[in-house]
Amino acid sequence: MISYLIRRVLYALPIMLGVAFLCFMLVHIAPGDPLMSILPPDASVDLQKQLMELYGFNRSYPVQFFSWVWRAVHGDLGSSIATGRPVAQEVFKAVGNTLMLAALATLIGFFFGALFGFVAGYFRNSWVDKIASFISVVGVSVPHYWLGMVLVIIFSSQLMWLPATGAGPDGSSSWIWDFEHIKYLIMPAVTMSFIPMGIIARTVRALVADILSQEFVIGLKARGLGEFGVFRHVVKNCAPTAMAVMGLQLGYLLGGSILIETVFSWPGTGFLLNQAIFQRDLPLLQGTILVLALFFVSLNLLVDILQTVFDPRIERA
Amino acid sequence: MKLSNPSALTLACALAFGLLSSAGAHAEKVLRIAMTAGDIPRTLGQPDQGFEGNRFTGIPMYDSLTQWDLSKADKPSEVIPDLALSWAVDTKDKTKWIFKLRPGVKFHDGSAFNADAVVWNVNKVLDKDAPNFDPSQVGVTASRMPTLRSAKKIDDLTVELTTSEPDSFLPINLTNLFMASPLQWAKKLAAVPGTVSDKAERAKQAWAAFAADASGTGPFKMTKFVPRERLELAKNSEYWDPKRRPKIDKVVMLPLPEANSRTAALLSGQVDWIEAPAPDALDTIKARGFKIYSNPQPHVWPWQLSFLPGSPWLDKRVRYAANLCVNRPAMKQLLGGLMGEATGTVEPGHPWRGNPSFHIKYDPDSARKLMTEAGYSAAKPLKVKVQISASGSGQMQPLSMNEFMQQNLKACFFDVQFDVIEWNTLYTNWRIGAKDPSAHGSDAVNISFASMDPFFAMVRFVSSKAAPPVSNNWGYYSNPEVDAIIAKARTTFDAKQRDALLAQLHAKIVDEAPFVWVAHDTGPRAISAKVKGVVQPQSWFIDIATMSMD
Repeated sequence: MISYLIRRVLYALPIMLGVAFLCFMLVHIAPGDPLMSILPPDASVDLQKQLMELYGFNRSYPVQFFSWVWRAVHGDLGSSIATGRPVAQEVFKAVGNTLMLAALATLIGFFFGALFGFVAGYFRNSWVDKIASFISVVGVSVPHYWLGMVLVIIFSSQLMWLPATGAGPDGSSSWIWDFEHIKYLIMPAVTMSFIPMGIIARTVRALVADILSQEFVIGLKARGLGEFGVFRHVVKNCAPTAMAVMGLQLGYLLGGSILIETVFSWPGTGFLLNQAIFQRDLPLLQGTILVLALFFVSLNLLVDILQTVFDPRIERA
Repeated sequence: MKLSNPSALTLACALAFGLLSSAGAHAEKVLRIAMTAGDIPRTLGQPDQGFEGNRFTGIPMYDSLTQWDLSKADKPSEVIPDLALSWAVDTKDKTKWIFKLRPGVKFHDGSAFNADAVVWNVNKVLDKDAPNFDPSQVGVTASRMPTLRSAKKIDDLTVELTTSEPDSFLPINLTNLFMASPLQWAKKLAAVPGTVSDKAERAKQAWAAFAADASGTGPFKMTKFVPRERLELAKNSEYWDPKRRPKIDKVVMLPLPEANSRTAALLSGQVDWIEAPAPDALDTIKARGFKIYSNPQPHVWPWQLSFLPGSPWLDKRVRYAANLCVNRPAMKQLLGGLMGEATGTVEPGHPWRGNPSFHIKYDPDSARKLMTEAGYSAAKPLKVKVQISASGSGQMQPLSMNEFMQQNLKACFFDVQFDVIEWNTLYTNWRIGAKDPSAHGSDAVNISFASMDPFFAMVRFVSSKAAPPVSNNWGYYSNPEVDAIIAKARTTFDAKQRDALLAQLHAKIVDEAPFVWVAHDTGPRAISAKVKGVVQPQSWFIDIATMSMD
């Protein structure tokens, strides 16, 4: 087990370095001026040159890359060009907010996805299966930013039950777990949960259908095992794959919630990335992508390890 | 206690009402504003996020030496004294200006505003060796006052500013230099850990701390700052100008970049004021009792034309025809009425308007006649390529407006093609110019601009000295007569004479037509009816200090 763990961590290292290289190259290849957030287009060329030197953008790409990686290894992701605030401080605060949102959305998505998946798998080709499958297809297909806007129109603009935007009455820095604050989390979390719900439901339905058709289930039934006992075996066999899918979905939600966070002005990583992109704030963009990518790699590592715990056959393979 | 006696009941009711009304009288008046910015504009004195920054974190928290008069809606804003009581150029050396400062002004931290503070604030962006020099503030400041070079204290209330060349536009440019408190910054510098030894890094950290706990001289003081989420300001009861002493206790500003989210926040009662409501929601917003305020801004939405060899716009008849073929009233209807019809960079009534002989209006017959004279017809249309964006700050509704123009111009024998590129890239290309490969061979570029001061409204587009890469004369327009008027205006220090020269310049530009002028933005905002005293001036800015709330 320990050797497997060490092997997986060692595999992750070149991936992380590759991610750092790719994210540095991508943000530098993109067109636009890295100083545009602090330098209007009518600024003189002299002024532009002066600022390029002051911010170190006149150095060669390799020098800029290695200097960035060296500082990143020491925990310093630089400062945002637009705000002057440390990137690490900005990113980790946003990661906390997104994690809260993504974790709740994943839980909602996993609960309902697993429920619909099991029901559909157990009663396949019945009307229950058709309804559950329809819901899961809608979950996968519906554009979530559209769903978010519809929810805002209904529950904020019309019924005035839930706040339309923000992360708490005084901002996320004063977040506490009471209803006044949770109200701000409900709509973005429900909107965000639709895709994982649909994906997990479809995955679990297919798994349950597959497992139920396997010989060991017939064997269990032949030996007189009750419906609940069979159900336990099915759940146990489904769990590793469903968990892997859930882990991946959590990873996607951590980085892929730009639209939802923008619609709800939720101060997470998606909102931060959106601003960094539009302001061409390279240190903030690089730092956010790097942290998210590392998070994704770590999450995959964690899921791999958990899968091994649940199903030792994976380690042997 | 049993209240059976009618007089006792009356007394009890009166007491209860008295208590209620007393509670109401002391209830805190809080104004919540949703901005279009994606982040709180910088709070350290020199805001980013364009003029929305000046509007919300500049003017409310800070003062400058000169300011825009925002008290009138019926005429263009003009520059008036702020922290400077008066100013004059040195009669012998016209690169030197003497500014007399307002006495008795205090920063929010209690320290005095004086000539030392002015020198310190000039140095923060112009003197690389100054301990408070901040590169991040240089771009947005120095570009808006390109000729300012240094400041020198004469006495506590007198300061001398020096420019690189005689420049009568300086007092207008100085509306962009906000005065931050040197003492507050010094406190933040002292709090930087001793382990940070690099001078520049210490200054950077001090500015970051100052931005979170800023101190200016403005009518509102900063009380709470949550980066990217909210800024809270409280009224400065000791503000030096009694006319602008705030009546609203607290202002909360929220960055909500998405128009539908802003609209929902307004309709759900989360905010009292939104900038740029979603156009489709205007009827709903009005039906819910909110007021829509708008007024043409010093903003121009044009096509800026190329004058490179081979450009189709070198023929003046073609330039005139394009200007005459745009159906501006119909475009205004398309935009729900939220557009001013542009007949130049500034409109009649503005001191720089002048008397152009070319009257811009919708006259397709005259346009077709000009095009026929120039050798074009429906069978042989003139091909033009325009570089545009699909969105962008100040760009209004660029795709639908450009497509509308494309249809209009087709009727006047133009075959318009678009090169649609991303907004920031287009913005960057603006300075690089029409000769650069990034222009993709375009004959015009569609970038809106602010026209608040003479340099930004006119000079940078038509001066031959402003050709790329120096400034925004994207199309390499050059005219010795125009250059001569600019030189004269820049060195004329009497405001009325200078405005007369600028009017002459504007008239010349309209007659030369280096642009197709299309629209002025109207800066629409939706505000709750309980907010009173709202004056929407003909400006990018608005004064919150003079408003009150029910």
